[in-house]
Amino acid sequence: MCGHRNRLTYEKDNGDGVTTSELFRADGLAKSYPGVRANDNVSFSVAPGEIHALLGENGAGKSTLVKMIYGLVRPDQGRMMLGGQLHAPADPRAARASGVGMVFQHFSLFDALTVAENIALGMDSPPPRADLSRRITEVSAAYGLPLNPARRIASLSAGERQRVEIVRCLLSNPRLLIMDEPTSVLTPQEAEILFATLRQLAAQGTSILYISHKLDEIRTHCDCATILRQGRVVGTVSPAEHSARELAAMMVGAEMRLVDRSGRQAGEVVLTVAGLTSAAGLEGTALKNVGFQVRAGEILGIGGVAGNGQEELIAALSGETTGRPGTVVMDGRDLSSQGPEARRRAGLLAAPEDRLGHAAVPDMSLTENAILTGATRQGLQKNGILDHRAARSFAERIIAAFDVRTPGPGTAAGALSGGNLQKFVIGREILQEPRALVVNQPTWGVDAGAAAAIRQALLDLAGRGAAVVVISQDLDELLELSDRFAALNNGVLSPPVPTEGLTLEQVGLMLGGAHGMEVAHVAA
Amino acid sequence: MIEWTTFLLLLSAATPILFAALGETIAERAGVLNLGVEGMMITGALAGFAAAHATGSPMAGFVAGAVAGAALSLIFGGLTQYLLTNQVATGLALTMFGLGLTAMFGKPYEGVKAPSMAGGPLGINWVIWLGLVLVPVTWLILNRTRPGLILRGVGENHDAAHALGYKVRGTRMAAIAIGGALAGVGGAYVSIATVLQWTEGMTAGAGWIALAIVVFAGWSPWGVLAGAWLFGGVTVLQLRLQAAGVAVPVQLLSMAPYLATIIVLVIISARHKYAGGGGTAPGSLGRSFHALR
Repeated sequence: MCGHRNRLTYEKDNGDGVTTSELFRADGLAKSYPGVRANDNVSFSVAPGEIHALLGENGAGKSTLVKMIYGLVRPDQGRMMLGGQLHAPADPRAARASGVGMVFQHFSLFDALTVAENIALGMDSPPPRADLSRRITEVSAAYGLPLNPARRIASLSAGERQRVEIVRCLLSNPRLLIMDEPTSVLTPQEAEILFATLRQLAAQGTSILYISHKLDEIRTHCDCATILRQGRVVGTVSPAEHSARELAAMMVGAEMRLVDRSGRQAGEVVLTVAGLTSAAGLEGTALKNVGFQVRAGEILGIGGVAGNGQEELIAALSGETTGRPGTVVMDGRDLSSQGPEARRRAGLLAAPEDRLGHAAVPDMSLTENAILTGATRQGLQKNGILDHRAARSFAERIIAAFDVRTPGPGTAAGALSGGNLQKFVIGREILQEPRALVVNQPTWGVDAGAAAAIRQALLDLAGRGAAVVVISQDLDELLELSDRFAALNNGVLSPPVPTEGLTLEQVGLMLGGAHGMEVAHVAA
Repeated sequence: MIEWTTFLLLLSAATPILFAALGETIAERAGVLNLGVEGMMITGALAGFAAAHATGSPMAGFVAGAVAGAALSLIFGGLTQYLLTNQVATGLALTMFGLGLTAMFGKPYEGVKAPSMAGGPLGINWVIWLGLVLVPVTWLILNRTRPGLILRGVGENHDAAHALGYKVRGTRMAAIAIGGALAGVGGAYVSIATVLQWTEGMTAGAGWIALAIVVFAGWSPWGVLAGAWLFGGVTVLQLRLQAAGVAVPVQLLSMAPYLATIIVLVIISARHKYAGGGGTAPGSLGRSFHALR
């Protein structure tokens, strides 16, 4: 069973003499969508003041499960109990009224509205403006999450946006707080602040249902973990008593392959970037004199919170924006003024992070999406006419090599789950055997098993002599993959340093110092 | 006093556009792009004229105009919100539908005179007053009340609004209906108070100007007022020039209000953007909402 580090041991008498030490219980929950059994006979319980993790691969049914608890989706079968009473919310409003709060993975905030307006929208009977602003300031200060109620969301960093969501929940005094992958966008320092807040909440008796892919995080901070696989509960364990490997094995139902970084040797310089300066994109940051070199067989990791120039950097490297002569040079050839197609021909490929809308066209099939970047290098067109058979077989190769779970290459890209599409998008570039590859957030929103596969594929690519640049917010990933590490902050790239021997602490400092959460914002 | 009567003419010329643009502002702030403003205006113009003619009361005419505009907009609402049709195409169809429908049913009213309207305080009739009062009221409701906040939330990010438990479709249907009613009143003002008779296609693109004003005004009621007055002012000016027999082709003069309004608004909104401020389009504008349950 589970450890009880943070748990308050209070028992509640629910009236008919039966005492219970559980706040929430799910019994045999089931939910099906056309063609998918998202949840099947799911049962688990959460004690008061417990931080309870929900673990599972993409598509294991975690999101559906919490949506049922939050009243966004109605279960087909089964029942839920909250505080000894039947919990069957008709909508999120009813769920909030009975004490359930939720912080969403993709923030459910309104960019053009202020912090106070966003929070008012999340409450059922908000107090008048001035009172609300005062309470926001009070509550946010009490939990160490400072916020200015009058600021517009669009001007906040990811960490600050998350604070808004959390404060929005806290103002309604929830008994059960659901957090869907809260740390995926945070720096280590920001994550520490979040955990301190969660522990404080748990100590006050609030139960927390915590969804994350980060096994180490769950092992350190959660009392209990319920593991889901293909919509079913495969076990409830105390995560501290298991290694990350064991947990991952339970999630995927098989031993996970460990990332192997052996067998690589840095060769000659392939990609040279020098004096790269660009205008800021929408809500982004301008690049200021960015320069680095990547050798054959080497992986350069670029860390930093998104919005500090990451999008501008990948756009400048992919050819989406062109630059002054001499800024992007590959194998002695100046590609600065060339567009994406010319750069692909020369062997410089890129996989941007926004898989829906930037890296893939949602309404087009996987075959058509494969053509979009692979046409030239894979010979998918002859005399201006597309060779659909070759394109389909290229798409099929990607699907097979990267274990993309889809009915076939004719499926629309938008119909794939985020992680599966990510595997496809990365695979599409890797299978073209680039001379140099630039990827942004290669494993964002991808489950542990698939993330390991993508990382291994990047390492193997480097092992075959390609130069690889990985831009990511996930520092563990960068430390695992890269030979050298550089931080991109406010459009300025730090000088790359060898990853060997670098600690998370030092990396955090490189990203902008001990003030962690304010970094991105002050910079912008 | 020439200045005062000139100003009255300006107010009167601006009123149809003010109503229509305020209504469209509300709809667009809720995330609905209704390009059928012209169709709703012309329908309001005919329905209003017919009701005023039948009852002899201009008041009844404006009520009928509002009801007709709202009814037409609800067709648009049903199609776009429940059958998830494309908003741009449906809006364009609505305009053509309104123009065709009124051309057919308007035949009996051609050449008929409208009942006369009583003046109000300061010689300004009460519909103009209502339009002026609606500007701060719309601003207040949108920015300082809970329904207004929910409406803006729905328009800004409908998925988030849904996740928080707000009724996206219901909010949008209400906004569409209000927008339609206001466009209908604007149209009725043209036939009952300005031209004083019914002619086919008499709104003459006012609905399109209203749409442009909403965008260039940055979805703000005060900006809409400024745009409507600008249009009204140039309209009065060109009428004066026509009357004075200036040697400029009439077609050019008639074109002037449309041209001037667009040019000035484009310049203003461009400067706004470069200064880093200004209104940005609601995040979910024109996007269909489909909830998975």
